[in-house]
Amino acid sequence: MEAQELPCVLIDCIGGKHGVYEDHAEFLKERFCLITMKEYLENKNFLGKKIRAIYMWYHKPVINEELLQSLPNLKIVASSGVGIDHLDLSLLSSYGVKVSNTPFIVSTDTADLGMALMLASSRRLVEGHQMAISPDTEYFPADWLGAEVSGATLGIIGMGTIGYKVAERAKAFEMKILYHNRKQRNKEEERAVGATYCKKIDDLLQQADFVMLVVNLTPQTHKLIGKRELQLMKPTAILINISRGLVVDQDALVEALQNKVIKAAALDVTYPEPLPRDHPLLKLKNVIITPHIGSATVKTRHLMKENMTESIQAGLAGLPIPNEVLL
Amino acid sequence: MGQRPIYVMAEQDLPGLLIMGIGGTHGVQESLAALLKKHFSVITMKELLENKKEVGKKIQCIFVSEFRPTIDQELLESLPNLKVIGNSGVGVDHLNLKMISNFGVRVTNTPHAVADSTADMGMALMLASARRLVEGSQIAVSPDTNYFAADWLGVEVTRATLGIIGMGRIGYKVAQRARAFEMKILYHNRNRRSQEEEQAVGACYSEMEDLLQQSDFVMLVVNLTPQTEKLIGKKELGLMKPTATLINISRGAVIDQDALVEALQNKTIKAAALDVTYPEPLPRNHPLLKLNNVIITPHIGTATVQATHMMAEEAIANMLSVLNCQPIPSEVFPQ
Repeated sequence: MEAQELPCVLIDCIGGKHGVYEDHAEFLKERFCLITMKEYLENKNFLGKKIRAIYMWYHKPVINEELLQSLPNLKIVASSGVGIDHLDLSLLSSYGVKVSNTPFIVSTDTADLGMALMLASSRRLVEGHQMAISPDTEYFPADWLGAEVSGATLGIIGMGTIGYKVAERAKAFEMKILYHNRKQRNKEEERAVGATYCKKIDDLLQQADFVMLVVNLTPQTHKLIGKRELQLMKPTAILINISRGLVVDQDALVEALQNKVIKAAALDVTYPEPLPRDHPLLKLKNVIITPHIGSATVKTRHLMKENMTESIQAGLAGLPIPNEVLL
Repeated sequence: MGQRPIYVMAEQDLPGLLIMGIGGTHGVQESLAALLKKHFSVITMKELLENKKEVGKKIQCIFVSEFRPTIDQELLESLPNLKVIGNSGVGVDHLNLKMISNFGVRVTNTPHAVADSTADMGMALMLASARRLVEGSQIAVSPDTNYFAADWLGVEVTRATLGIIGMGRIGYKVAQRARAFEMKILYHNRNRRSQEEEQAVGACYSEMEDLLQQSDFVMLVVNLTPQTEKLIGKKELGLMKPTATLINISRGAVIDQDALVEALQNKTIKAAALDVTYPEPLPRNHPLLKLNNVIITPHIGTATVQATHMMAEEAIANMLSVLNCQPIPSEVFPQ
């Protein structure tokens, strides 16, 4: 197939901090005519009409009204990852542009990271490693202890695809599992993972040794965990966030950690990312922060690319779109 | 039915138990000492050394925790009425079992109490290593970080292949946990487990070579014995995939450490995560401390409030069974 017959897809750039990976670009170029933002801006009039899809990697390129107005033949935006809080869905819909994400492919990696953070925090893994390699360490003290994960109570807030996979994993550690969700899951699903529904979030917060946030970011979940919720938690409890930074009132979290209202936190997500270098969360000993790596594995990123490609191809062919995000 | 009279034993009637000390960085935790005092007249090393002749006679048991106190010939000779050494923890490679046996003293360990927390630690290390958690946390807080790179990636744990070397109590609990991550599980053990046990966790028995060649994660969960010393050496590391990670929650001496350093430097294997080394701690100039594909934790496999309590309780039950001439739940014998 000649290059000009391949459908034109807009991407931000290839390589660098946030660009499409070089090896992914090779795959995409076999199927699409890739146009970078730089190329587009240099030749807006000609290229604008040709672009039929946007391949959005790491939330780039940023889509605003101006861009939508200059892409009259845009049919679909494929966004990497499951979160779509960075997209204005109403705006896109008003231009007749469809949206897809990659909800299922990220679910096992994200659940795995939730488990990794819970175990690392509970067993003080990062602190322990620092002690093991520190030039000042002469012996390992006997009174240095963590807390057990096996047999403890895990409260999952948000029992969607990812939350449920967390429950499947936690069950193998013989954890007692509580969950809070917009909708209760059916009895078989609950029984399969031994999870108990808490209609009131307060009940979950008061009983859990570990509280894990696995919700989408929506206006309803914005600052879901604030001062009140943190105070309901046990002083021995650990908060784990693998959803979005804005689900937590960060200032309230800092205060709660400093005052030992809760024991520790483990955050894959913050607001913003990265945090400013003088932010108090960076200095607290009882906090583990990871750089938003919930889906950061080689295999999953390949599968994301494949999923997004399928969605674009279906969207351009007028076929049902896998992983379409509906308003 | 009449009520049984309750006898409260005076402290001096309780059997004498020697411990390293109470509190601080090397002693038994206060709460555990309180537990021991319910059943024993607790004597510290300091008290023994102040009056060896008098105090030595009183000691019938020793509670060994975090490898202390050290049991040597001199100590055993000063304790004529010693009946049992109750070790806190399952590994007894730090005890000279033959020498202790020659004194007519029994040794017990705590295989049940350690299992969950050590299996959890194995999983924690595997997940942390695969997802580059320690490196990631350093980037997240580094003063030099001004963005998170898109191409900074780890590897999947879900659906990867885990090879468990040593499928005892702890190894089996690791398998139970790994199964929930849909891992393909291979195992190698002195004895093959029953079909039911294998099926319950989806584990396949493998020869060592096959396990090493096929695994994405190799986890060592054996005892340290003359047979398992340097079980993993240059040959075994060479058989592993270059993308594989070695996890050790058994004993440092199970690995040929020099061969491991070489394998990590030459990228023969991808990474290692070690809760145990030889010695502990490693000398501060040891190459393992400088490799960025190595996570080391300070032997914390059972370092939880819950596990340390359970170990003390299991040790107490073992020691009392010896003193009361009852069947001993967890006695260990010289090989």
